[in-house]
Amino acid sequence: MRRIISLLMENEAGALARVVGLFAQRNYNIETLTVAPTEDETLSRLTLTTSASDTQVEQITKQLNKLIEVITLVDLTDGEHIERELMLIKLQANGAQRAEMKRTTDIFRAQIIDVTQTTYLVQLTGSSEKLDAFLRAIPRDSVIEMARSGVSGLARNGTK
Amino acid sequence: MVEQLSGGEILIRALQDEGVEYVFGYPGGAVLHIYDALFKQNRIQHVLVRHEQAATHMADGYARSTGQPGVVLVTSGPGATNAITGIATACMDSIPMVVISGQVMSHLIGTDSFQETDMVGISRPIVKHSFLIKSATDIAITVKKAFYIARTGRPGPVVIDIPKDITSPTDLYPYQYPDQIVMRSYTPASTGPPEQIRLAVNLLMGSERPVIYTGGGVIQGNGSAQLIQMTRLLGFPITSTLMGLGAYPGTDEQFLGMLGMHGTFEANNAMHHCDLVLAIGARFDDRVTNTVSKFCPYAKIIHIDIDPAAISKNVVVDIPIIGAVDLVLTEMIRLLEPEVTRRSDEQKQLLVEWWEQINGWRNQDCLRVIRQEDSKIIKPQEAVQAVYKISGGTAYVTSDVGQHQMFAALYHPFDEPRKWINSGGLGTMGFGLPAAMGVQMAHPDARVICITGEGSIQMNIQELSTCSQYGLGIKIINLNNQALGMVKQWQDMQYEGRYSHSYMDSLPDFVGLAESYGHAGFKITSLDELEPVLEEALSMDNRLVFVDILVDPMEHVYPMLVAPNGSMRDMWLRKGVRT
Repeated sequence: MRRIISLLMENEAGALARVVGLFAQRNYNIETLTVAPTEDETLSRLTLTTSASDTQVEQITKQLNKLIEVITLVDLTDGEHIERELMLIKLQANGAQRAEMKRTTDIFRAQIIDVTQTTYLVQLTGSSEKLDAFLRAIPRDSVIEMARSGVSGLARNGTK
Repeated sequence: MVEQLSGGEILIRALQDEGVEYVFGYPGGAVLHIYDALFKQNRIQHVLVRHEQAATHMADGYARSTGQPGVVLVTSGPGATNAITGIATACMDSIPMVVISGQVMSHLIGTDSFQETDMVGISRPIVKHSFLIKSATDIAITVKKAFYIARTGRPGPVVIDIPKDITSPTDLYPYQYPDQIVMRSYTPASTGPPEQIRLAVNLLMGSERPVIYTGGGVIQGNGSAQLIQMTRLLGFPITSTLMGLGAYPGTDEQFLGMLGMHGTFEANNAMHHCDLVLAIGARFDDRVTNTVSKFCPYAKIIHIDIDPAAISKNVVVDIPIIGAVDLVLTEMIRLLEPEVTRRSDEQKQLLVEWWEQINGWRNQDCLRVIRQEDSKIIKPQEAVQAVYKISGGTAYVTSDVGQHQMFAALYHPFDEPRKWINSGGLGTMGFGLPAAMGVQMAHPDARVICITGEGSIQMNIQELSTCSQYGLGIKIINLNNQALGMVKQWQDMQYEGRYSHSYMDSLPDFVGLAESYGHAGFKITSLDELEPVLEEALSMDNRLVFVDILVDPMEHVYPMLVAPNGSMRDMWLRKGVRT
């Protein structure tokens, strides 16, 4: 099943390579990956999603924890959590299609952030499911190009 | 006043302050500043090898026999890549090691400059951790961290990559070696959780057919004394992996011999039929379990290990105990002592019956050497037995990889930890001789024997030269069957005897070769020479002796687990004879 693993690690050169290398080395898969420094500049937050069985996930989290630079690790899917992903998508918007595209964008509460005579550049945030639903709602051949940020998330409680 | 030193001097001083006795290495462009700093001191002895792979195996042998990290110094590029096999060998067997590799100058990194290679990148999957030093002021703290990481928790190799400019003799920096180190992201386990230990004790006392299964972790974790005490207290049968031999005395009545692919009939049957496994510092390797779904079908499993990731990796266990083996076993003994005295007559009787069943398997005498009466040909097992008999079984024994390794493990019992030194996890041919050299350096007065084969020895035979230089009196026992014996055995058993590239043609005259390096050499071709010549060879103290023993080229190692799809009780016992 799909898991969101969130970890804090030392913000050092090579730390990210160790995490990514581990997945390749042990034949685990990564679906999405985001990484950026936190409010404490010496720490990076890395969030990744993976699909694996429960026993595989147990091994993945143990092996990640074993990396010297990893400080804390949580499997967000174990508890209540918020997840968000950002998508930028450039769409064909010609003739009658243009109004339809605008309506779909509104329904998903997405924003059109750049416009040309024939295209819209749309920004959409939400769960990965919502982003997927948007993609299903628009004609496939209208997509010129797109970029997704990968999932970020935090646990839904008052503490760290 | 704080001393002012160059980066190269800081590195060497830090190694001195860490208590390093030996550095195994080979100079080159990127490490010249460091070698100059080495030249100007005499507290650390540098051992000049002939190939960097051998340097890592020497450091490894030093570490396995002492428990202290072995230290390697190599140059950038090919020096670093040559060290890779030895680093991987140490990583697979959890051996503490610190490898210092030179790197091209900082401003040249990434430009494909001369002798540049991304050592941190190349070594990443086979190290416990690695560092690329960016400033000379980081050297001392990095060395401290490297040794701390290498020797604590589940030990392993650590790489320190140092660009040449960082060690420049013209730039001086204040030197101070840190007393201790705290890392927020690294806190190895120590004592085990008491409630888990209590559960384990209850399970042990309630078991009817228990087996203790131990691995290299008992040796690395210095838990041998506690293991012996607990095993004798319980009176349970005990078996060991290839890596764990010697943690419990191999000649003791309670010891069933090695388990696994070439384990004994009694050890593998005991595992299959038991109702409780107490696994200690072992990792349920595929060379032990055979088909995982058929592993120990009737047993509950307790697993003690310092590495949480080793728990339930291959086999799901019932009671995990994460902690240092010596501390966990000490606590277990404390809880077990009153329980054992309260053991009921019925429980005692069940244990007696279990031992009767095990002794039935033992009576198969699965390691019996079968030979033709009139033949003079030497069986490799007999050669190992003769070495054991003549040496009194107290020597350090290293091995390479293949049939000779299994014969050594099966026919030479080890009564003490750290005496049996071999590459179990990675299975590295070429390990035996350099590992023996590291052991001999660490224990100058001890007898060190390398049991090898004519295939493996040729993978690092250039080190005979290093042995001359440092006067290492190692005894090399070459079980020469003129073939890659284990490959050939598999080709016999699975490929209808098609010996695809498993023969060793054009062998050198090993005696002449050894003599050309200034060593002594003997060749043994018939059984009646075996003991007298070995006797003479082993009595030549302080000289390296190469004993080339021609052994039966058709011999196989048995028992051998039936694969694929076999359980641990499914074994080949002799050629064409299986359970």
